Amino acid sequence: MKKLFSMIMAGAMMVGLLAGCGNNDAGTTAAFKIGGTGPLTGGAAIYGNAVKNGAQIAVDEINALGGMQFELNIQDDEHDPEKAVNAYSNLMDWGMQVSLLAVTSKPGEAISANHFEDRVFGLTPSASAPAVAEGKDNVYQVCFSDPNQGTASANYIADQQLGEKIAVIYKNDDVYSTGIYETFIAQAQARGLNVVSTTTFTSASENDFNVQLTEAKNAGADLLFLPMYYTPASLILSQADSMGYEPKFFGVDGMDGILTVENFDTTLAEGVMLLTPFNADAQDEKTQAFVKKYQEQFGQIPNQFAADAYDCVYAYYQALTNANATPDMTAAQLCDLMMEQFSTMSFDGLTGEGMTWTNGLVSKSPKGMVIENGAYVGM
Amino acid sequence: MNKIKNLWATRRDSVIAFGIVIAAYIVVQIMSMTGNISYSLKGMLVPICAYVVMAVSLNLTVGVLGELSLGHAGFMSVGAFTGIVVTTVLTDAVPSDGLRLAIAMVVAAAAAAVVGVIVGVPVLRLSGDYLAIVTLAACEIIKSIVNVLYIGMDSKGLHLSIVKQSFTLEEGGKMIINGPIGVSGINKISTFTAGFVLILITLFVILNLINSRHGRAIMAVRDNKIAADSIGISTTRYKLLAFVISAAFAGMAGTLYAMNYSTVTAAKFDFNLSILVLVFVVLGGLGNIWGSVIAAALLTVLPELLRKLNFNDYRMLIYAILLIALMLFNNSKLKQMLLERRGSKKAAKTEGEVA
Repeated sequence: MKKLFSMIMAGAMMVGLLAGCGNNDAGTTAAFKIGGTGPLTGGAAIYGNAVKNGAQIAVDEINALGGMQFELNIQDDEHDPEKAVNAYSNLMDWGMQVSLLAVTSKPGEAISANHFEDRVFGLTPSASAPAVAEGKDNVYQVCFSDPNQGTASANYIADQQLGEKIAVIYKNDDVYSTGIYETFIAQAQARGLNVVSTTTFTSASENDFNVQLTEAKNAGADLLFLPMYYTPASLILSQADSMGYEPKFFGVDGMDGILTVENFDTTLAEGVMLLTPFNADAQDEKTQAFVKKYQEQFGQIPNQFAADAYDCVYAYYQALTNANATPDMTAAQLCDLMMEQFSTMSFDGLTGEGMTWTNGLVSKSPKGMVIENGAYVGM
Repeated sequence: MNKIKNLWATRRDSVIAFGIVIAAYIVVQIMSMTGNISYSLKGMLVPICAYVVMAVSLNLTVGVLGELSLGHAGFMSVGAFTGIVVTTVLTDAVPSDGLRLAIAMVVAAAAAAVVGVIVGVPVLRLSGDYLAIVTLAACEIIKSIVNVLYIGMDSKGLHLSIVKQSFTLEEGGKMIINGPIGVSGINKISTFTAGFVLILITLFVILNLINSRHGRAIMAVRDNKIAADSIGISTTRYKLLAFVISAAFAGMAGTLYAMNYSTVTAAKFDFNLSILVLVFVVLGGLGNIWGSVIAAALLTVLPELLRKLNFNDYRMLIYAILLIALMLFNNSKLKQMLLERRGSKKAAKTEGEVA
């Protein structure tokens, strides 16, 4: 009986704690509360942390200007839609006013529905699946959407005549990879590209690519299209090298960061081509200042995710300034203002000049890059 | 009064289990009516219900039948995706959300039960570690199959293909399950009340089963298979019975869970989820149904509670340490002492009553 009683008491305490937290005061400080979720732990942590760091730099810069103030809160979602919804709820209790949505696609899709219901404006740095913004008038993307990349890659390969026979390896249990593959293959057919081999892998089998590479080699492919993140891609490069297979490699924005993989011989990446919106070696002032700051604070070269997040915060800065928004506005009021701003404004950021949005999708042109002497060079 | 006393004496565990669930429901309802509920807690109510049903149903296999199953998430997956297909198909035919959810759950339970039979018949010939490994494999197989499943719907009806999408939908058609991309744009119809009713049904069925002739037969199989065989209990039949009922409820929990999120992928229902539910069952106590209810609810809330308390960076570390601490406590002499003290007090009390 005593045990039961103590159990009930413990339960009541728990509920009390949770309820107590609900009444957090919103807007005592005169800062806009920007929230977001991302995988800060687990297999995709590298992307979540890049976004967190990139956004933090932008927030610090803007706060240092002394005018509009921002407060940033990125919660861990472990790359899991369920946890992302929990993280989102937590941010709502914190008093989030505008949101960076989620870093990865599936969590982004899950919480974008909540954003839509609760009328909170969401601008995602990198959740690239089309379903994230589809049908939600208050969810915008700063990254290219996946289909966009597949089509652009196929067009690029066809226009530049990069390969006669093309092989594709993609990850068929991954939204990002499958999404790009599907539009790539459709556009490749439309453009008359000759795809001679298509092979797949899953997260369970991403440590050996000999089968896929052998098939591509036997089919005589001279261009290998790799719509995937850079970790498996780095393995493909080294395994292809050890079996003496030397096609051209073509990647998408997930390939960005391959030069920072630990224990990876970067000479293998020589000549790898990729489409990416961001180039850490670009010579313009803005990029260089950002890269320098990022390296000082976090000891790494920023990848595209960090740059996208940096752009997100600055896009908010521009939109909020233009709309004369004040931190005491509610999330729903800000949502209306932001929708109005983002549908009309043009934004210059690290990842593209003159970005505009239609139906939440950004229009900016991907840059073709090639790796030469361990650095990205524009093609 | 005597009746209640009798009920308390004979079916104490059942009374506690129902009491906890109903009390929690009332408390939450009052909180949400007075506006005292946090956004976080509100968002977690449905998943908590789903996990409670998962834990209670797994307890039937692990605690009551005594077979270690690591494939419970597989049945949840079957239920989740069946539920999604059923609710999408019935969107126009059944306008009422609650009714549609109920129908979906029934169909999902049937589908999960069928898969339970298919998995169970060969698997239940094994026991111990072998059974655990094979159920784990079954869970992975289900995950892989759902991962390459394409289901779409247009005016001609349902289209299904495996590995590659081999059908094209008419104008206005809708992909329901899109292979590895999973399901998008689910119309969220799960509610806390639906979850509450599902828990009550689960508790009612499973507690009554345990306290019935069948339940005693299942426990006899657990305690001594040879002895049970010798007195004419069909061990295979009772093993299968418990396993399939457990799978059916996991299917219902899957539907409840899936209909609470706008997107679901097969990858969510992997063996990690099976292990998570197993942790609920083990921490709540094998065979202890109300223990499972409490463990599932608390351990689902705990990581979010730690987030609230601003342990952000160490959140999952603390969670793991708490789990280890609870496990140690469950096996410790301290707990035994506490239980013994309670037992002796009770004994003294009954003695006093007799005298």
